[in-house]
Amino acid sequence: MTFDPDASWRLHHQVAVRPEPFGALLYHFGTRKLSFLKNRTIVEVVNSLSDHPDARSACRAAGIDDAQQAPYLHALDVLAQSKMLIREGTHDSA
Amino acid sequence: MTPLDSALAPVVQPVPRLVEQFERGLDAPICLTWELTYACNLACVHCLSSSGKRDPRELSTRQCKDIIDELERMQVFYVNIGGGEPTVRPDFWELVDYATAHHVGVKFSTNGVRITPEVAARLASSDYVDVQISLDGATAEVNDAVRGDGSFAMATRALENLAAAGFKDAKISVVVTRHNVDQLDEFAALAAQYGATLRITRLRPSGRGADVWDELHPTAEQQVQLYDWLVERGDRVLTGDSFFHLSGLGAPGALAGLNLCGAGRVVCLIDPVGDVYACPFAIHDRFLAGNVLSDSGFDDVWKNAPLFRELREPQSAGACSSCGHYDSCRGGCMAAKFFTGLPLDGPDPECVEGYGVRALERERLKPKPSGDHSRGTKQGPIPLVLTSKPPRPNVAAGAAPSRLCNESPV
Repeated sequence: MTFDPDASWRLHHQVAVRPEPFGALLYHFGTRKLSFLKNRTIVEVVNSLSDHPDARSACRAAGIDDAQQAPYLHALDVLAQSKMLIREGTHDSA
Repeated sequence: MTPLDSALAPVVQPVPRLVEQFERGLDAPICLTWELTYACNLACVHCLSSSGKRDPRELSTRQCKDIIDELERMQVFYVNIGGGEPTVRPDFWELVDYATAHHVGVKFSTNGVRITPEVAARLASSDYVDVQISLDGATAEVNDAVRGDGSFAMATRALENLAAAGFKDAKISVVVTRHNVDQLDEFAALAAQYGATLRITRLRPSGRGADVWDELHPTAEQQVQLYDWLVERGDRVLTGDSFFHLSGLGAPGALAGLNLCGAGRVVCLIDPVGDVYACPFAIHDRFLAGNVLSDSGFDDVWKNAPLFRELREPQSAGACSSCGHYDSCRGGCMAAKFFTGLPLDGPDPECVEGYGVRALERERLKPKPSGDHSRGTKQGPIPLVLTSKPPRPNVAAGAAPSRLCNESPV
């Protein structure tokens, strides 16, 4: 919805990522919400967001072609809506 | 309850896979309940840990900090601290500060006794502490019959202090009973009044709850009423995913949350002496996995305890295998079955198909409690006056019939 895949994103500083066999668990200490990442590729994308100029590049770097990015961008959108991800350069507020 | 309150989540794979993952257990609990003390200033009739007196073997401050260090290493995101009344431990605030400094978030449950304006101000300044005030009636009459005289005033004073200090989003934690199930809208209004979130959970026949469950647990009609209220209002209300035994009352997924028993798989309990149990509602030798002191730490108990390994094996549906709702309720709550003397591979005592009611009518042997920390000399059931009370004090004019809500999963 409001997620811009051509923008630069990063994890909120109050979010912890715990690796799990199926992917990862994410916990936001500010909102106290828990989320799941349901495969390892999306974990790699999320963890590397801040190393890339935009979300699409992070997806490509994780081996996801542009044609296959839709479910991943959707997942990132869900994370952005729950404040797990924020735009690079914006202030972290819970 | 599965003590899992949360919102959900990016879906890249279908959800069933995740449930299967959870059933096999995780490398560390998502969150765990830690009863810091059995000491309590109250003597609630349904106390799941039969609290009252402090256990002389209670873990020391140093031992508690060692556990926190281990939780940090395991990346346990937060602990639900309870008791007893945890704030009566002299080192309570020291332990809260230690946990949050070590990236272990804290949510603690209290009856409000120590939530003074000064404490409220201090809590308001931390992002990593969440407070849950227990209240089992939206009126003093209904609440105090279960929690004791003056307990409603104590809890609401704590809520006032938190609101006045600017503490955001405290939780009001309600155990749903036969006598307060008609007050759900009033509880929601109370939460709104204090800028708090309502959290409702299931009454379990655990601890002293075993003695009063027959009189206090919602009737079959009330279970439906509760379910409807949750489905209608659930997006605003937390449930600890504790009502999954009702999920067969509607369409799959209508009741938000992770509908599975997380005992020993994604949750567990550490008690005041370091004993580790499969879930907060299962403080009994049958569900004792180990001890953090006598075994080699919590991580070892979590990963290797034979009981936990057993719980992570595929479970038999037993007597429920021919029931069409089994995929929804998974046979219900292990602790509820155990403490009412029902077989673990059969229906939940509050089974929506009525199989539990029939099972309860048969001969059964309720297990003896393994530990009782109640104060005074009471041995047997605590006399309960509730049933003679008018069940329903005046409800706000025009209040809609109760309907329900739910909440979420891990």
